[in-house]
Amino acid sequence: MYNPQLNSHGELQHLLSLDGLPREILTAILDTAAPFTEVAEREVKKLPILRGKSIFNLFFENSTRTRTTFEIAAKRLSADVINLNISTSSTNKGETLLDTVDNLCAMQADMFVVRHASSGAPYLMAEHLRATGRDDIHVINAGDGRHAHPTQGLLDMYTIRHYKQDFTGLAVAIVGDVLHSRVARSQIAALTTLGVPEVRVIGPKTLMPTGLDKMGVRVFHDMREGLKDVDVVMMLRLQNERMAGPLLPSGQEFFKVWGLTAEKLALARPDAIVMHPGPMNRGVEIDSAVADGAQAVILPQVTFGIAVRMAVMSMLGRG
Amino acid sequence: MNIHIANGRLVDPAHEIDRPADLFIADGKVAAIGTRPDGFAADTTIEASGLVVCPGLVDLAARLREPGFEYLATLDSEMEAAMAGGVTSLAIPPDTDPPLDEPGLVEMLCYRAKLLNKAHIYPVGALTERLEGKRLSEMAELVDAGCVAFSQANVPIDDPQVLFCALQYAATFGFRVWLQPITPRFAREGVAHDGEVASRLGLPGIPTAAETMALFTYIELARLTGASLHITRLSSAEGLELVRRARAEGLDITCDVSINHLHLCDMDIGYFDANCRLCPPLRSQRDRDALRAGLASGEVDALCSNHTPVDDDAKQIPFSEAEAGATGLELLLPLTLKWGHAHKLSLCDTLRRITIAPARIIGSKAGQLAAGARADVCIFDPAGETTVTRTQLRSQGKNTPFLGHNLPGRVCYTLVEGKVMFSPA
Repeated sequence: MYNPQLNSHGELQHLLSLDGLPREILTAILDTAAPFTEVAEREVKKLPILRGKSIFNLFFENSTRTRTTFEIAAKRLSADVINLNISTSSTNKGETLLDTVDNLCAMQADMFVVRHASSGAPYLMAEHLRATGRDDIHVINAGDGRHAHPTQGLLDMYTIRHYKQDFTGLAVAIVGDVLHSRVARSQIAALTTLGVPEVRVIGPKTLMPTGLDKMGVRVFHDMREGLKDVDVVMMLRLQNERMAGPLLPSGQEFFKVWGLTAEKLALARPDAIVMHPGPMNRGVEIDSAVADGAQAVILPQVTFGIAVRMAVMSMLGRG
Repeated sequence: MNIHIANGRLVDPAHEIDRPADLFIADGKVAAIGTRPDGFAADTTIEASGLVVCPGLVDLAARLREPGFEYLATLDSEMEAAMAGGVTSLAIPPDTDPPLDEPGLVEMLCYRAKLLNKAHIYPVGALTERLEGKRLSEMAELVDAGCVAFSQANVPIDDPQVLFCALQYAATFGFRVWLQPITPRFAREGVAHDGEVASRLGLPGIPTAAETMALFTYIELARLTGASLHITRLSSAEGLELVRRARAEGLDITCDVSINHLHLCDMDIGYFDANCRLCPPLRSQRDRDALRAGLASGEVDALCSNHTPVDDDAKQIPFSEAEAGATGLELLLPLTLKWGHAHKLSLCDTLRRITIAPARIIGSKAGQLAAGARADVCIFDPAGETTVTRTQLRSQGKNTPFLGHNLPGRVCYTLVEGKVMFSPA
């Protein structure tokens, strides 16, 4: 079946979503990332892999962390990086996404890193490049609507593999606002593809998408039940605007029922790790004592994120 | 002008006719079927051996985009499409700009259509002024101007008291009210059926309950007011079940589905195909199968194209930002035949859903071929194929989920009031 992420040789052409990527490719990305973690420890933190390539960071939505880590990753591979903050640029003048793409292609772009508020926007770009015969240009999805955030999902997998070595015996819990979370969707796709036997999702019914149980996960509403004996706890960010309204009564109540505290974490396995994609709402989804505690691997996630993004860019730019 | 359509297979669902028979047309009317009338001398003979001769098709929902959206399509372009599709009678939803809420607008539209002299149009007037759901439109005047029914198109009335009064008022005159079952505030951000596919793709969902809750309200108000309803564009198995029960109870309710919902489901969105961004949304496979079966059993009265030309600028953007709609006039016959084949229905039963059944809902004498009837005729090759491509489509709207498909059946001739308006190039 046609897969817009792969070329005719079955190799990665674009990174749009982890849903639909074969396990071999996910593993290859993680394997490629491993040696890149060492680059950061060198005196000269640069490799010549993407020398002469132009990478456009196309951010239609604000982001500091993701954009910065993509920029660092590209620069460590010696690429030229151009940051476009489109929310203050041409689309306000009415230019369409595809017009923007065409213009940047005319400036000899080699790769796009795109974040967009609408699910599927990177697919539209990839399809447009295919239809216009520009197979040498690659798209990396840096987050689209509620759909996917594949590099976040990959860096999470890298982190889990780093601390737990093997995926096939793990119980992993994802906690919080799954409904609006592109991170959760990418995590679920990756965990199920990599063979994690028990993926649990925990949260109120208002924040669970329809048909979640058909995505290979077990749904829990009681956090204590859901955390029992898990090896990994992945917290999700709760957006401020969703804390009080039709979905939830308040941030305080959310914290009381679904916030991660030391007391609830004690129900997980003693060696369980705690992850968060950031930025954290301390006192809403996670207590500071846990966020700064011995089981948290939240800052290593950020560091691994650079290596994983280097891996993706180098694999796409190898041609 | 006398026309002799010779050696065709005549199919007229209104009279349960399916047999080889010649059709004789004089003065824009059917002069005779089978036997040449005394003294009939044909000016033109159309050789129809191997072809099906049936009534011109009747479509319950064709947006021609005039007035107000002429950049998307014009009466001219869409009438061309109708002729190429064998569609000779079109019901026009009121969501033009301004909406069809004034007799003058309706008269102008009818006048413009008459000048073009192609398909007959049947405007459906706005149920409320500017479709705002606040003040009733002048229904009696609008009917005098040419409206055949009243509707809110895709903009349902939010206030149940206004809807109640609108139905009461329409029932006063016996006007049928066409309602699309949507609970607008239950689907505010939604762009796709709230199910596994939308969840996976991260697309905000429109729950089936947005349809069923509206139907509960409509049916209860029909019960209270005695209004005749036509439910447009059913999309779910649950919705169909509610309509079925209301009819069993004896309420005067008819319903239709669109060609897209008859053949597609949410899985067809694939990788965010904006051509599948439709209103109502494509629902699950189970829903689609229920609608197909319902149309076959007669629980769904009619099939329509829900023709909605949308331009590329509104489709070549991310799925959730794309405008809902697809072109359909030229696909109505092929997609009806495709469904009929799959359900092993006779040609008569198949064509009924796009001829006499919709004509009855409009309250028109169109959609049949009795002697003395208006000679609106569609002649098609049942063994031929229609290939859906952007260049083949005459409609200004080039977007449909069926682009690239080969569909059964090919329209050869379209006659309106005894004039050949479409013929092989």
